Amino acid sequence: MGELRARLGGHLHLLRAQIRSQASYRASFTIDLVTNVGATALDVTTVLVLFGVSTVIGGFRLPESLVMVGLALLAFNLADLTVGNVERIRLYVRTGLMDAVLVRPLGPLGQLLAMDLPLRKLSRVALAAVVLVVALVRADIDWTPARLLLAIATPLAGTVFFASIFVGTASVAFWWIESGEFGSAFTYGGRDFTSYPITVYDGWFRATFAYGLGFGFVAYQPALALLGRADPLGLPAWAGWTAPLVCVPAALAAGLIWRTGIRHYRSTGS
Amino acid sequence: MTFWVIAVSGFRRYATYRQATVAGAFTNTVFGFLRCYLFLAVAGGAVTGGYAPEQLATFVWFGQGLLAVVLLWGAPELADRIRTGEVVSDLLRPVDPVHSMLAADLGRAWHAVLTRCLPPVLAGALFFDLYLPVRWHTPPLFVISVLFAVVITFCCRFLVNSTAYWLLDVRGAVSLWTLGSGVVAGLYFPLRFLPEPALLTLWLLTPLPSLFQAPLDVLVERDPTPVQLGIVGLQAVWAVIMLLLCRLVQRRAERRLVIQGG
Repeated sequence: MGELRARLGGHLHLLRAQIRSQASYRASFTIDLVTNVGATALDVTTVLVLFGVSTVIGGFRLPESLVMVGLALLAFNLADLTVGNVERIRLYVRTGLMDAVLVRPLGPLGQLLAMDLPLRKLSRVALAAVVLVVALVRADIDWTPARLLLAIATPLAGTVFFASIFVGTASVAFWWIESGEFGSAFTYGGRDFTSYPITVYDGWFRATFAYGLGFGFVAYQPALALLGRADPLGLPAWAGWTAPLVCVPAALAAGLIWRTGIRHYRSTGS
Repeated sequence: MTFWVIAVSGFRRYATYRQATVAGAFTNTVFGFLRCYLFLAVAGGAVTGGYAPEQLATFVWFGQGLLAVVLLWGAPELADRIRTGEVVSDLLRPVDPVHSMLAADLGRAWHAVLTRCLPPVLAGALFFDLYLPVRWHTPPLFVISVLFAVVITFCCRFLVNSTAYWLLDVRGAVSLWTLGSGVVAGLYFPLRFLPEPALLTLWLLTPLPSLFQAPLDVLVERDPTPVQLGIVGLQAVWAVIMLLLCRLVQRRAERRLVIQGG
């Protein structure tokens, strides 16, 4: 217990130092907050422009699609805020900074995240939460206690899911040092995939992303359960209710990849 | 001659990042699938925003191919050199810094044409029906249009980075550019999906649609020939304006650097 408190204390200390340093450049911090809202606002604007061109996309109308957008963006932004910076390990591995992380008596993943928690991304999370609430209110949902629970559990499980994708794809840098933009295909790509009804996609591409990697269960299936709609692709209704559980295997897989990666890591020697 | 040598070195520099090139091409291809399916679903088999479904598919896949050629979001290298003072050594060389940086960027762009443009376009051609140009003059016009787009994008990035001479911390400028450029250049959705007045304002008052929308519209033959020529002509005007602006800013910045005492 004492050891745990000491470790947590260490992380909290790193975190406090981060908050102080980021807030000290006030003008930059404010611009960052504003542009981060802008990024999410643009994602929503894109959806609105596309529904301006066509009233039905993939068999869904705007109010239904907005529920998926809200769930996807809130989950993605929360994961990006908390673990998004794990992408930087490819920099740490290349420059050898990873050695410094590993010799400290704190968990490496926790340290990497506390070393740069991007507080500026808080504004995005806030906007995504607003989008989700507005979408849920406007979507004409037949509310029951079970649906309320699902509406709360889905973005949280989605956060764990996206966090797993961030950690899993970033770990690739342990084997593949210049992994570059590889992870973006699944992090940002996953965000774009989950923001629209998966009926939009087709063939092996949809099968891989939606069912193989599990992105279909982040927003699409639970949104169907919330809206009380049958899945045009044929999954039974209960699939939407159990969808948030997909975050469990995702987290386990990410943990496994991360730990194997750390063990595989050999310093650059620089 | 010097211009050529610098361009070749720019090419060779990027040729050394082989793993990152493969990773980048892979990611562009995944996004190609995402966007192509999405726009085709939006179109629902009909002509949308003046594009037939095959034209939309070509727009998406060549757009993903051009993404690394017409580099909207590069690392703020120049800004870093300004902040650390290394930029002084660039000024001592007998070549105009704007010219040498443009040369290096053209070398980078040519490397991207060979390595980053082809994979997504081939993947697109393999899995989707793409529209192929039918007018004989479209391919050469497209090449010229891409060249102008590369030059204008270079100028935009140069100007954003140059704010470091005055601001030192360019994070704000860079994030505003990153945020605005993608959507206004036509990357997230074809700008033709927007209402006409918004579209005309963007096209005439900012160089941004010249970066993406212009070459892609030329390629898919969205408009009759005179409009195609007009689009490329407008790009030429913007390229000249932006290059002159870069020279002007550079000269001002050099004077400012002297005042600082180096």
